[in-house]
Amino acid sequence: MSARDDTALRMRAIESLLIEKRLLTEEVVDRIASAYEHDIGPLRGARVVARAWSDDGFRERLLADGTAAMGELGIGGFVAEHVVVVENTPELHNLVTCTLCSCYPWGVLGLPPSWYKSPEYRSRAVREPRAVLADFGVELPAGTAIRVWDSSAEVRYLVLPLRPPGTEGLDEEALAELVTRDAMIGTGLAQAPA
Amino acid sequence: MSVADAIREEPSLPRRNGELVFEEPWQSRAFGVAVALAESGRCDWEAFRSRLIAEIGEHDEGEAWDYYARWLAALERLLLEEGLVTGAELEAEERRLRDHDAHEHDHPHPHPHSH
Repeated sequence: MSARDDTALRMRAIESLLIEKRLLTEEVVDRIASAYEHDIGPLRGARVVARAWSDDGFRERLLADGTAAMGELGIGGFVAEHVVVVENTPELHNLVTCTLCSCYPWGVLGLPPSWYKSPEYRSRAVREPRAVLADFGVELPAGTAIRVWDSSAEVRYLVLPLRPPGTEGLDEEALAELVTRDAMIGTGLAQAPA
Repeated sequence: MSVADAIREEPSLPRRNGELVFEEPWQSRAFGVAVALAESGRCDWEAFRSRLIAEIGEHDEGEAWDYYARWLAALERLLLEEGLVTGAELEAEERRLRDHDAHEHDHPHPHPHSH
């Protein structure tokens, strides 16, 4: 067992003891942890998407080499991972999973949501992506194909969602607010402006 | 000062572009547990923070730097010193979890990430 596993085990022991003693509940820890990792984490990815929607040159560089283009925005570096950006079009929708475990572009999206790590999502995303999307409330036109990307420890995928209609006048900051975490995994679409 | 404000202004937390950075799941749990204890009034945020500062200060130059390892050590110290848990309870809980893991064969095994 490595030192890192020991640390993770110690943390689990502390949390489960405190829960057992009713000093805290798992829900409260989940809420706090997710407020910081799920809501705040994906903002980095949203800024990347907003820039790509606003700047064609950046978009081209991003699709050619995701890691390098994100570096222009000061994003990345702390996780040694190569990020490949895949672009949604009216003809093609991209969906990301990791069939082996839960590889995920942490550097841009924070920590993965719990459903991303579930055995059900990991197997169904490949077998029946359209049904999985329906579960997330995403109905694609029948003519739109779905491509599923299987992440690995070396290559992580980030979906560049379609820019919603009616957003022509918005600046990057306003655009970034329309980009959800799920839109960048492919289990959602960018939101329409309010 | 609320706990949320204290965190917003806590200068030692690893950040990137102002946002908190967690590199492994246990780190966000360690973060969440400390904040939950402070929010619920079980522990005083300053009592935690003073121990965190002490743990960071005791970091040995030769060791690899790991902010959340210091955070976890501070949390553990706080819980022991405040009498919320005992060392023996912690050891027993670790043994229980280790045995539980050893007997659970069908859970998905995340492979190590390259960072």
